Amino acid sequence: METIIELPLYAIAHSRAGDKGNRTNISLIPYRPEAYRLLSDQVTEERVLALFKHRGATRCRRYDLPRLAAFNFVIDDALEGGVNGSLNVDGHGKTQSFRLLSLKVTLPRSSAEGFVGPSLSVEDFMRTEE
Amino acid sequence: MSHIFRVGNCAGFSGDRLDAPIPVVDTLVRSGGPAAIFFEVLGERTVALAQLARRQDPQQGYEPMLERLVAPILGTCFRNNIPILGNFGAANPPAAARLIAKIARRLGHDDLRIAVVAGDDVRGHIDLGGLEPHEADAGLEGDANACIAANAYLGAASLVQALHEGANVVVAGRTSDPALAIAPIVHHFGFSIDDWDRMAGAAAAGHLLECGSQVCGGTFWDPGPKVVPDPADIGFPIAEIDDEGVLTITKAENTGGLVDERTVKEQLLYELHDPANYITPDVVVDISQVRVAQCGTDRVRVEGVRGRPAPSDLKVTACYQGRWLGEGEITVAGMNALRRARETADVLLERLRRRKLDVRARADLIGIASVHDNDAGDLWRGFNGTPPDEIRVRLAVEGSNADDVEQAAREVLALLCCGAAGSGGARWRVTPRILTKSFLVPRERVPTSVSVRPARELA
Repeated sequence: METIIELPLYAIAHSRAGDKGNRTNISLIPYRPEAYRLLSDQVTEERVLALFKHRGATRCRRYDLPRLAAFNFVIDDALEGGVNGSLNVDGHGKTQSFRLLSLKVTLPRSSAEGFVGPSLSVEDFMRTEE
Repeated sequence: MSHIFRVGNCAGFSGDRLDAPIPVVDTLVRSGGPAAIFFEVLGERTVALAQLARRQDPQQGYEPMLERLVAPILGTCFRNNIPILGNFGAANPPAAARLIAKIARRLGHDDLRIAVVAGDDVRGHIDLGGLEPHEADAGLEGDANACIAANAYLGAASLVQALHEGANVVVAGRTSDPALAIAPIVHHFGFSIDDWDRMAGAAAAGHLLECGSQVCGGTFWDPGPKVVPDPADIGFPIAEIDDEGVLTITKAENTGGLVDERTVKEQLLYELHDPANYITPDVVVDISQVRVAQCGTDRVRVEGVRGRPAPSDLKVTACYQGRWLGEGEITVAGMNALRRARETADVLLERLRRRKLDVRARADLIGIASVHDNDAGDLWRGFNGTPPDEIRVRLAVEGSNADDVEQAAREVLALLCCGAAGSGGARWRVTPRILTKSFLVPRERVPTSVSVRPARELA
């Protein structure tokens, strides 16, 4: 029996957020290219939009870069008006990359070990699960 | 051995580390080959702040840290024939040029040639009222807001011309960020500006370098999975371009930071939307097929950048007087901090209601939820985890009535006596906001000019 576990994206990918007005773009880059397919299947536009819905996000577009083994998410109206209009202390939304990295994905325990980032271990994330 | 040209970046924004340029220039000098450096210090709103500074004093309006950034490396660059380009002219390139001339004369380099690029400032020259906005801030009230600045993002052409005319320093206002790297590359190799793949490669170099340390471990380090050596001294980036157009990213020697596939991927996608359509004034760049490969310590090769013809329009961004922003913060600490923090936030919002202050308001519980939250505070109000021992409560307000905004922010100060037990460290401030609106303007409506003069003539 294959054990299926849940991990935050943070365990297997890194990310950077940038802004243009009220639109943010957030990259998602797996530490191991082998995890690209998993991210492609599970980190959908709908799920990412839902992460930013409470801030007014209206649309999410995912651009796939298989040669780079990376994704670029472009989310409209996610910055509460953007740096010139937002009351958020981080109007640029630089920290939104780590909101994306909080999203959970499920994967077989056996492949998880091969996907986690340097000096991270699967156990660290499973402990905080429940 | 192929022929290599190097471009170093010495600042990625106005406010960047002032000691970054020296190791970059030292590395370029040691390399012995042809090279140039650039400073990118002009954010979208920075030029508006510069215009406001120039209104106060006609001799100001350029990058405030210009002397500290340039003085330590000006002489070395001049003696080693390393041109310096920068958008540090901001709202007043002629005044920036005079300051650089003064520094050059002080160093005994009266022959140092300084170019001033003009034409980006279109306020009063182009009637923006009749144009369809390209991108605009929410809440921009049309003509009710006073226009502070309107600048076109210039391409590399006038910068190349300045270098052709022998400029040692090129002082520009608004340019596209990549143009500051494209220009010396085009000037050096002499390829045609409609050689779109070569132009796209140069633009990619500029894009990767334009945010300074961000491709060398800045905005990247995360102890554990993303370890960066000596984040207190991150080396700034250098792009190497060979005569085939192959691009390698590296960094200043004898510094901290790192360049690896991860840092390059993050910066490649930074502030990009459709990776197949990255629009610059000089070329439309397609990075959708790019590959990166580590090719040595702190060396990453970038291949597969493609280009398409430059757009016929230039982007013009106009900055307008916005409303006022008021902020206040106070910390609650110790046992029961979460309940005291929540009540503090609610008391502040209640005070604004009772005083009928005409502001839009938001409260944050820094330490519980703030940057990922919304104006309603849904995340901190719904928080049911283990609270930290200290929480900083923040109030932010916005309004067009400066006095109401100040009164609202001062409510945080009043908590020093009227607030919850165990709360202290109140701070508050009020700042003016700037709104932006962008337009597309046919490039022939934005004429540019270049004047190159030796330091001795610029007083």
